[in-house]
Amino acid sequence: MTLVIKNGRVIDPVNSLDEPKDILVHKGMIKAIESPGSISFDAGEKPSVIDAKGCVVCPGLIDMHVHFREPGFEYKETITSGCQSAAAGGFTSVAVMPNTNPVNDTRAVTEHILALARTEGIINVYPIAAITQKLEGERLSEMADLKNAGAIAFSDDGRPVMNNELMRRAFEYSKMFELPLIQHSEMLDLTEGGCMNEGMVSTELGLKGMPAEAEDIMVYRDIALLEKTGGRLHVAHISSKNSVDLVRQAKSKGLPVTCEVAPHHFTLTDEAVRGYDTNTKMSPPLRAIEDVEAIKEGLRDGTIDIIATDHAPHDITDKQVEYQNACFGIVGLETALPLSLKLVDEKILSMGDVIKKLTSTPADIFNLKAGNLSLGNEADILIFNPSLEYCIDISKFHSKSKNSPFDGWKVKGKVLHTLVKGINCLLSK
Amino acid sequence: MFILKNILGTKCLSNEAITTILDTADSFKEISTRPIKKVPALRGKTIINLFFEPSTRTRTSFEIAGKRLSADVINISGPSSSSVKGENLIDTALNLEAMHPDIMVVRHALSGASEMISQHVKCPIINAGDGFHEHPTQALLDLHTIREAKGSLEGLNITIVGDIAHSRVVRSNIYAMKTMGMNVKLIGPPTMIPQGIDKMGVSVGYDFEGVIHDTDVIMMLRLQKERQSRYLLSSIREYSNLYCLTSKILEKAKDDVLIFHPGPVNRGIEISPDIMRSKRSLILTQVTNGVAVRMALMYLLLGGKNDTSN
Repeated sequence: MTLVIKNGRVIDPVNSLDEPKDILVHKGMIKAIESPGSISFDAGEKPSVIDAKGCVVCPGLIDMHVHFREPGFEYKETITSGCQSAAAGGFTSVAVMPNTNPVNDTRAVTEHILALARTEGIINVYPIAAITQKLEGERLSEMADLKNAGAIAFSDDGRPVMNNELMRRAFEYSKMFELPLIQHSEMLDLTEGGCMNEGMVSTELGLKGMPAEAEDIMVYRDIALLEKTGGRLHVAHISSKNSVDLVRQAKSKGLPVTCEVAPHHFTLTDEAVRGYDTNTKMSPPLRAIEDVEAIKEGLRDGTIDIIATDHAPHDITDKQVEYQNACFGIVGLETALPLSLKLVDEKILSMGDVIKKLTSTPADIFNLKAGNLSLGNEADILIFNPSLEYCIDISKFHSKSKNSPFDGWKVKGKVLHTLVKGINCLLSK
Repeated sequence: MFILKNILGTKCLSNEAITTILDTADSFKEISTRPIKKVPALRGKTIINLFFEPSTRTRTSFEIAGKRLSADVINISGPSSSSVKGENLIDTALNLEAMHPDIMVVRHALSGASEMISQHVKCPIINAGDGFHEHPTQALLDLHTIREAKGSLEGLNITIVGDIAHSRVVRSNIYAMKTMGMNVKLIGPPTMIPQGIDKMGVSVGYDFEGVIHDTDVIMMLRLQKERQSRYLLSSIREYSNLYCLTSKILEKAKDDVLIFHPGPVNRGIEISPDIMRSKRSLILTQVTNGVAVRMALMYLLLGGKNDTSN
């Protein structure tokens, strides 16, 4: 069980590494990282070899925001298919949101998810538990029990905590556990019935808008509460210009606020909704060009800490309907890397920064033992060819669901090997 | 040469296409005044009126238009919600297409439904109104009626008054009227003026009386009374005080101003009853011309495939 990854460009932000190296993996652990050609073996030892010439070798990617739909909505995705989709996209660790059925608001559900992940999942799965029982926004969940069972953060994702008093208490209560609260920031009374960003395009298309202010107001509220109570806030899928500014201000005050952006929010604008493709319907919605530019600036200056997909599988029956009736969300795991690499071409981020926002920074924020190539760590490693061009083909997705607006896009950055504990878990398709 | 496959909206209609449609409607209008109101132009053709949203006048207008051209017209009321029977919009459309209609006329309460159907079926689609998006046949019959009364469209000033945000008629009229060289003013309470509409090449205001002096056409929109519940209005009474077309307001207008309303009218809320009956009101002429315009569209969409008829 020995493997050598040869001649790759090894990028490991934690160890400040970006140069050609060979990596020795033994019994699933990273044993050595040496200059090319300098790893030697005992006579008779026959390691398997991956020639990574022309490729980037980096820590396996981490996605802190996915929906694997199990238990409850297995027709959209399961932990098995979700993990396969993640591996196909280069991810070796994901955090699953609690809006399953039953909701992940009790130890039993958290343990069930972890048990399924152990037996059927091919990558690492971290459960995020609910802030409130049944996501109803009325009573706090049993956070102590959930943490002990393995929850790594709390969120009512998709059902933002509207009640101000409850959110304040959630910040206070969660301080005991030192786990972040993840908010899907949306004032629901401002977005009721809405299905796309409010602006000229929604007016032309006759679709009810979801104003960016719905996001901004809740981001501001949460920061204001946090400043009083302490605790930690992680803003999910930030999408608006003013929200980026609010997070930037909060960080400059030294508040423990972090945020993520989904690839579609730096790749597309609300112009993509023309034609009523329901695969452009997500929450928060695709915003205006000014917002996309602000997102890119936030990525550049570090206001936006990480990239997370909000992988939201929906069966075609939930999407092949009138735009207003379609479910929110798109699958993201198998398109995240090439879309993020476009930021390198656009000179928004360096290759190392993109990898950092997909590996070590999420690991830091959520305190995961992952996201770097330090010796002795489990060998969760991604090998991809950054210059290989290919067309995104949704029919080849490993996810059960194919709801992506990027079908047919020509992109660069092909995942070649996704190793978890040294074992390639990329299934061919 | 008329090469459009569908009529989904007026946004993509050129000046030439609109002129062709209006000219064709002119020639068809006379048919409806004959003792025997039927020509064989579309004999053997099947037209399905697929109405997911209840409608009496628009559906009747399409039905009469098809029948006066000798087409077989079938009316279908689709479920108003796609999830009612577990069959979605596309399934319904594909099932109907399997019976080989020549045109499907689609009305739906949600924006984009007609366009979505057109992406999945091969037969021509006429959008009979989708949500707050477009209602192209209404805009074309409005243009037809204006042109008939004024002789031409270029340079005319129109003021459209009321709930702009929730009107598909407005959007279709803006595109078509701009294309034909008209100047469009939108008037209504700011709660009913949608974000960004000023970027569509129109002027926007709140003061009805202040803009009426140079307008050639006043188009009053229907007020959906339930809008009050979404904080858009204080009361019907106040709305009416601000935006009802009364003889007092009309005194400030040109003598030959034309009055339009897409119907059905809330009498006394949008237009006072005496004005509805005045000779400046062309509300019933709009209805008459609606049949001719729809005949023209059906004929043109099937033209070229049907050389032996007529």
